[in-house]
Amino acid sequence: MFLIDLANPTRFFNFANRVLPWLAAATAIAFAVGIYYGSFAPDDYQQGATVKIMFIHVPAALLGMIGWGVMSLAALGTLVWRHPLADVAAKTAAPLGAAFTLMCLVTGSLWGRPMWGTYWVWDARLTSVLVLFLMYLGVIALWRTMDDPSRAARAAAVLTLVGAINLPIIKFSVNWWNTLHQDASIVRLDGPAIHPAILTPLLIMMVAFTLLFFTLHLAAMRNEIMRRRVRTLMIMQAQAAAGA
Amino acid sequence: MNLGPHAAFIVSAYAVAILIVAAMIAWVFVDHRRQRRTLSELEARGMTRRSERTGAGKD
Repeated sequence: MFLIDLANPTRFFNFANRVLPWLAAATAIAFAVGIYYGSFAPDDYQQGATVKIMFIHVPAALLGMIGWGVMSLAALGTLVWRHPLADVAAKTAAPLGAAFTLMCLVTGSLWGRPMWGTYWVWDARLTSVLVLFLMYLGVIALWRTMDDPSRAARAAAVLTLVGAINLPIIKFSVNWWNTLHQDASIVRLDGPAIHPAILTPLLIMMVAFTLLFFTLHLAAMRNEIMRRRVRTLMIMQAQAAAGA
Repeated sequence: MNLGPHAAFIVSAYAVAILIVAAMIAWVFVDHRRQRRTLSELEARGMTRRSERTGAGKD
């Protein structure tokens, strides 16, 4: 019922206005705690202090994938359930997901150079994340090429659902192929392979980045609703001027 | 805090992350101000939605 209640853009707008300050505060607190614990985390026995890059690289990767997951759910909302705000959610998630994916790629390169001796290799994990970034750019470009938001929404929704196949490819690439990128360290059958002294700040930063994504997403959705109101009023203005 | 021999890479990674996060926040903030300003200008010219004129659609 909650999603149906928020189908009304005005009701969603008011909900966003009420919730955003709390989300922003929670995000700031989570980052403060995460950065504090991260700065006092011990060095890794092999990687030394460069392990601290993990506190931004891993959450960025997570949110890059969550972004496409949000878009995929929104695409189903557009095509199947015809939720009025589904395309707003999809359109506003794309730039955010792209930004986090870019952060993942760049911080990964900066981590790879001292650890692997190279900024880039065409292994399965890195290549599939690069493909994700390019798919984000493609969806953003698709939104911009069509003037009619509802036509753009349907085309972007189909493209998003097709691109969702990349998410399990990214996740399981380190298992399916021989990759330079390390295997999973957190979600494993025999438990995390990271010491709690490093795992705790990592998990806190993952929560902080997730809160950041949803704070910015809610704010961007609010902006998009305002943009569509502006578009409606401008069409009304042009019609009034034409009729006068 | 001693970041070891690869301090430049660690600092660069955090700098890039801060830059990207700042850009996202700025995008949302600037877009919000632009849309609010345009809406205010349109409403000042008497352009409102039908639901605002009739009082419907309010929560």
